[in-house]
Amino acid sequence: MSLISETDYGTPPSRAGEQVTLTIDGQAVTVSAGTSIMRAAVEAGVSVPKLCATDSLEAFGSCRLCLVEVAGRPGTPASCTTPVAPGMVVSTQTERLKQIRRGVMELYISDHPLDCLTCAANGDCELQDMAGAVGLREVRYGYEGANHLGQEKDESNPYFAFDPSKCIVCSRCVRACEEVQGTFALTIQGRGFESKVSPGALGDDFLSSECVSCGACVQACPTATLSEKSVIEIGTPEHSVVTTCAYCGVGCSFKAEMRGEEVVRMVPWKDGKANRGHSCVKGRFAWGYANHKERILKPMIRDSIDQPWREVSWEVAIGRVASEFKRLQEKHGRLAIGGITSSRCTNEETYLVQKLVRGGFGNNNVDTCARVCHSPTGYGLKETFGTSAGTQDFDSVEHSDVVLVIGANPTDAHPVFASRLKRRLRQGARLIVIDPRRTDLVRSPHIEADHHLALRPGTNAAVLNALAHVIVTEGLVNEAFVREFCDRDAFEYWAQFVSDPRNSPESVGLVSGVPAETIRAAARLFATGGNAAIYYGLGVTEHSQGTTTVMAIANLAMATGNIGRPGVGVNPLRGQNNVQGSCDMGSFPHEFTGYRHVSDDATRHAFEALWGRPLDREPGLRIPNMFDAALEGTFKGLYVQGEDILQSDPNTKHVAAALAAMECVVVQDLFLNETANYAHVFLPGSSFLEKDGTFTNAERRINRVRRVMTPRSGMADWEITLAIARAMGFEMRYGHPSEIMDEIARLTPGFAGVSYDLLDRLGSVQWPCNEKAPEGTPVMHIGGFVRGKGNFMVTEYVPTDERTGPRFPLLLTTGRILSQYNVGAQTRRTDNVVWHDEDVLEIHPHDAEQRGVRDGDWVRLDSRAGATTLRAQVTDRVAPGVVYTTFHHPETQANVVTTEHSDWATNCPEYKVTAVQVSPSNGPSEWQREYGRQAEHSRRIAKAAAE
Amino acid sequence: MSEDKLVAMANQIGRFFVPQRGGDPVSAIADHLQKFWDPRMRAAIVAHLEKGGADLDDPVRQAVRRLKEAEARN
Repeated sequence: MSLISETDYGTPPSRAGEQVTLTIDGQAVTVSAGTSIMRAAVEAGVSVPKLCATDSLEAFGSCRLCLVEVAGRPGTPASCTTPVAPGMVVSTQTERLKQIRRGVMELYISDHPLDCLTCAANGDCELQDMAGAVGLREVRYGYEGANHLGQEKDESNPYFAFDPSKCIVCSRCVRACEEVQGTFALTIQGRGFESKVSPGALGDDFLSSECVSCGACVQACPTATLSEKSVIEIGTPEHSVVTTCAYCGVGCSFKAEMRGEEVVRMVPWKDGKANRGHSCVKGRFAWGYANHKERILKPMIRDSIDQPWREVSWEVAIGRVASEFKRLQEKHGRLAIGGITSSRCTNEETYLVQKLVRGGFGNNNVDTCARVCHSPTGYGLKETFGTSAGTQDFDSVEHSDVVLVIGANPTDAHPVFASRLKRRLRQGARLIVIDPRRTDLVRSPHIEADHHLALRPGTNAAVLNALAHVIVTEGLVNEAFVREFCDRDAFEYWAQFVSDPRNSPESVGLVSGVPAETIRAAARLFATGGNAAIYYGLGVTEHSQGTTTVMAIANLAMATGNIGRPGVGVNPLRGQNNVQGSCDMGSFPHEFTGYRHVSDDATRHAFEALWGRPLDREPGLRIPNMFDAALEGTFKGLYVQGEDILQSDPNTKHVAAALAAMECVVVQDLFLNETANYAHVFLPGSSFLEKDGTFTNAERRINRVRRVMTPRSGMADWEITLAIARAMGFEMRYGHPSEIMDEIARLTPGFAGVSYDLLDRLGSVQWPCNEKAPEGTPVMHIGGFVRGKGNFMVTEYVPTDERTGPRFPLLLTTGRILSQYNVGAQTRRTDNVVWHDEDVLEIHPHDAEQRGVRDGDWVRLDSRAGATTLRAQVTDRVAPGVVYTTFHHPETQANVVTTEHSDWATNCPEYKVTAVQVSPSNGPSEWQREYGRQAEHSRRIAKAAAE
Repeated sequence: MSEDKLVAMANQIGRFFVPQRGGDPVSAIADHLQKFWDPRMRAAIVAHLEKGGADLDDPVRQAVRRLKEAEARN
């Protein structure tokens, strides 16, 4: 193994179709029109010296190192800013050029610390490389003149250091922050000799500035000015492995740069098709949890949750799981146990868990955490389009003219996609945001939404119906598309429905709080603005009408003809890394892989034949149903892989009571999470760095996860599931996760062509991948819908049963923040806590003043389900009557407050609408105090004893 | 299973299917319950119907009755 070194072409590729032939250093080279001479040279195998150029950024032309000579043209133009021309004859290496370059380098080096041997970037420094490339042998100016060597380092950021003494003011960091990330946190302050890179306003350091620590500046820096602290501490890496980030549903590809089995740094991989070389603070830096001191590395058991844990061997732990599950089935019946998979696990792992439940437990009581996030997406898109997945790839946004973002906050939850979206918006695409909260996307540097529909939580379906009303009644339907691709009768019926006056913007304005004219203007823009794409998140799905709203989104896309080509489509932004994959892998209790119902005889027989077991044709329990059944006494045992249901599922007290009612709860995880407080067996799991497998991201892209270190507990997660199955008498035989994928491909038509060999060859692939699409399907429904004709569904608005009133007058909605991830189990165990060490409650100044609440005060948040306390943040980001918080910290337990209301079709919880009251507080709620005591008691580990 | 919760869930399903095209919401509701509810949940809603089916909306009540008939046949 060696370090993967990607070619830097100096400037981005040109998209022009026209080809131009020129000569560089005697070689003929043909490239697209608009390509820079620098890039053309690299494509011809000629490397032109450079410092301020890199191919992730537009050409800047400041360093004067990449100068070339062009026959017939005066002077020495910069090759990065000069486009190719037909017949051009270029020389990259002449005596004149050599002298100029050497002179430039002399000036740079005269103001640079000559500490290469002790510099963190020694051997990985472009300045050092260029000194060698231009043959620098002396610095005639000496080193005694005015310089910047005494400038103070900025080490405020936990992950990288800024050493201005090494800065050559090439602006690559500033431009990366602008062009790649879109945050505009950095600038060049001062003029001439005083010029320096500066984060934010005067007096800011990196930590206090608006920098979001995406790492783009560090990656762009050609010197050691911006360096990862891990590199400074450990040294430069010696080999790298391409793998996939285990955080959000964007699925960024990274090079894990290693020294032995120690990760030195994670660097976004330029060839990663989801992220195109970009990253966010989580994927780039927040991987230290893998080595956190709280990792549990040995299996543990206990007879009851009152007892301390006892460390045991794998054999004893697995034996306990099997004997308990068998006992429970003998005593309470075949349906008394089940399993929960996680979107944090690989496809192969989730496939094995559902196989264990269906084949080993003999029932279909298997579910995945997608239940509580995107299950409505699967149902809604299958009914309308025929496939339970988004329609596009992420590249598609580069072709969008109008983007509608509803119920999603990509800046925080899908930051790398947000950067790509913002880039397109800066190029001129128009933006509609439908969200109760003023997210950063509504207004941020160089971005402003054309329309922000700040609707009342719970009225998504009504607002989408009103948009459709305008489109239909104002004659904006794409008749040709509907005629050719959609079910005509369904369309007519739907058009009649949305045209009804109760769906007019004027009527909907009264329930949603969105002015009718804003709805009308947004609808007109969406229908007439060119390629229109819809991106949505959990603000759509986590409602009692989540599925209805997904269907309303699909209706809107079909009515305007925005399906089946780049730039358009319906794009669910999946919360976790493998939400799409866990759904694809048959983790839902009613369907096998590929979304085929368990009652379908042909499908079931195929699985039975391969697995050698009879399979149940009845649907199993969904996660919320498991809790109800546990409290009822018919569900007694649960295997939970990689999921913290106690913290993440709604109505925590209800979940806790259900877990406490079970006789055997098995948790397989990295840490003693909140669910483990109620567990009887703990099986130590592995981080993504320790496993081979695949994740499938929000664009249906199957990416490889590659092991870079040995599983610290001694067993990989897939091997643990295999061991449980074997102990229960259900033998599964695999030598490597690739063999699990081979089985998935055999049993799943949309995955028929997928193999690790293919993934190694192509880098990644988007399903469907089969005979019809051997290299995958970037855009779906081209030339027709998977289900045949697109199906318009009637999406009647039904208000949620969760109502505000005198006791609970405010509506709580929940979400995420950039630096934390889901329940925070990983990110809370990294330095990301410097940005967010507690959940806070956003409350409008008007509501705060009415209650005597000031910014930073402790407040009590009460709902019909429970109460918690947290600090208030007074802000007009939220509308009057709406409050907002995150659910990243168990000390807060935001889900103590959320209710069991759920989506009608899928039981996805209604996290986004809870009637609450806020009042001043001076301490934790009773529940928080009690929970804190219970958690501390439950996490005790007895000293090791001989078995 | 809490009967109140099952009734509320079943009525939610009913409110989606009643306005759909096709004119047979009872079949659609029954089909949804059959495909997505675990047998013990279906048994519980059928038992609730047998006790009078309080608070079940009419099309949902008919759908549950159809479920009961189907279960009796099997």
